[in-house]
Amino acid sequence: MAGDFGNLERGKFPTILKETHADSLTQPFWDAAKEDRLVCQHCTNCGTFRMPPSPFCFNCQSRDHDYPELPGTGTVYSFTVVRHPLHPDLAECCPYVSGVVELDGTQGAGARMLVNIIDCDPDAVRIGDKVEIVFEHVTEEMSTPRFRPLSG
Amino acid sequence: MNTIRDKCAIVGVGTTEYYKRGQSYPETELSMACTAILAALDDAGLTINDLDGFSIYSSSCDPATVGAELGVPEIRWATTTTSGGGGCVGALGVAASAIETGQATTIVSLMTLQQLNRRLGGSAVGGMMMFAMMSDGGGSPYGGGGVPPSAAFTANNGLLSPGHSFAQITNRHMHLYGTTREQIAEVALSSRKNAGTNPRALRPEPITIDDYFNARMINDPLCLFDYTMESDGAVAVITTSTERARNLKQPPVLISAASHGGTGRWGPALFRYFQTPDEYFATSGHRPVAKRMYEMAGVGPSDVDVALLYDHFAPMVMIQLEDYGFCPIGEGGPFLADGNIRYGTGSIPVNTHGGNLSEAYIIGMTHVREAVEQLRGTAANQVEGAEVALVTGGPAGLPVSGAILRKDV
Repeated sequence: MAGDFGNLERGKFPTILKETHADSLTQPFWDAAKEDRLVCQHCTNCGTFRMPPSPFCFNCQSRDHDYPELPGTGTVYSFTVVRHPLHPDLAECCPYVSGVVELDGTQGAGARMLVNIIDCDPDAVRIGDKVEIVFEHVTEEMSTPRFRPLSG
Repeated sequence: MNTIRDKCAIVGVGTTEYYKRGQSYPETELSMACTAILAALDDAGLTINDLDGFSIYSSSCDPATVGAELGVPEIRWATTTTSGGGGCVGALGVAASAIETGQATTIVSLMTLQQLNRRLGGSAVGGMMMFAMMSDGGGSPYGGGGVPPSAAFTANNGLLSPGHSFAQITNRHMHLYGTTREQIAEVALSSRKNAGTNPRALRPEPITIDDYFNARMINDPLCLFDYTMESDGAVAVITTSTERARNLKQPPVLISAASHGGTGRWGPALFRYFQTPDEYFATSGHRPVAKRMYEMAGVGPSDVDVALLYDHFAPMVMIQLEDYGFCPIGEGGPFLADGNIRYGTGSIPVNTHGGNLSEAYIIGMTHVREAVEQLRGTAANQVEGAEVALVTGGPAGLPVSGAILRKDV
């Protein structure tokens, strides 16, 4: 895969998987992503949100669900600053921040995403920081979700 | 009540030498597995004709291949504890269950590891993709035949290696409890000091707190000395009934308890923290396992003389100290800083062999070996009067596991 990373940008991890490999449960997420909207699978039986989309609700075992749109903001739940590239060809994007973001609109301690957090000073990121989603439209099917500090 | 408590014992331990990553060549994982198994049988005073079972974990070896290679007369038990290094000592409980129910008599548990063309932890791009996509098998042995739909939700996020993942737990722990890098450093320093007086340790050279803080930061808050080393080698142990063990060559080391599992929603854990409940996030995943293990053994943390805690990452030792009840939840940092884990002076000596951080990393089995040697009284850094040892499998995806081993007194 060496050389497949394209032009790397410091702080931004490249899209190494360019296909979504979607099924009927995950396709709605990627369809919304193309339109810069964040949707999250939601159990219509008990109200639990879950990410990524999956067949059963872990709370009530129902398969009934819909995909409400979320505000697209969230809170940094945890993170790491990757300083050492795992492959020499990735050196240009280090350091970058990747972590766990809790999604607003999912009942507080609800659904989370594991994402690259961009446009930030790696040494200034803290747990509890407010962030917002930004999609990069990489291919016809893949819009890579990342988060960045919420402006203002 | 039916129980495996003290019904079976570890009677033999066999190993290859420990090698730094890649240096076991031209040995192979198969040849090292066979070497360790034969050595373990010999240590017990048994032969290949006695061996009739395999209880493995983390796909360590293929019993069919090893059985054919060594000419095992009849295999009556061949199971693997699922997932990875988390199940290490759970495999001892599976072996004991098989023996206690009369399904086999003499079972080997082992790990063999060679990192010549591949490395654990996804340190090559191919490995990255594997780690990005793992943990979504759904349980079919035939796989889904392609990239699972959930892979696209993690493959491009830059979280590629176990270290990237355990940093999330560590950082959260620091945030919740005020844990510091100075406190976590104590795990690395204590382990390295123990390695200094263990002739088989691969990293015996001393380090100081300044060395720790000057070490390369791999990914915050984990520096070079928070990471396990990468090693090659094989370690095998033989389990049989306690009754039979008493007539064999070595003093028996009883399996007082061994449990594996965890809270369902801990799930695959690594790289899949989407839904881990908040109250479990900054843990090792071991709490329910620890509870069942202590109940099975009929002991508590204050009865443990030496703890061999799986240390792929230094902070996970701290968190296991909490989850196994050596200190209250959230107080692992101060507990370390007070010198509690030091060999010779601490309240609970931890990783007296130097652990994965400084002795060798054979996915957990080096800890089992050390526990057996401590209870036989032959360890390099012998804990005086050691009668009860705790050994754990790695904090990782389910199942994680813990075991209480004890001297036959």
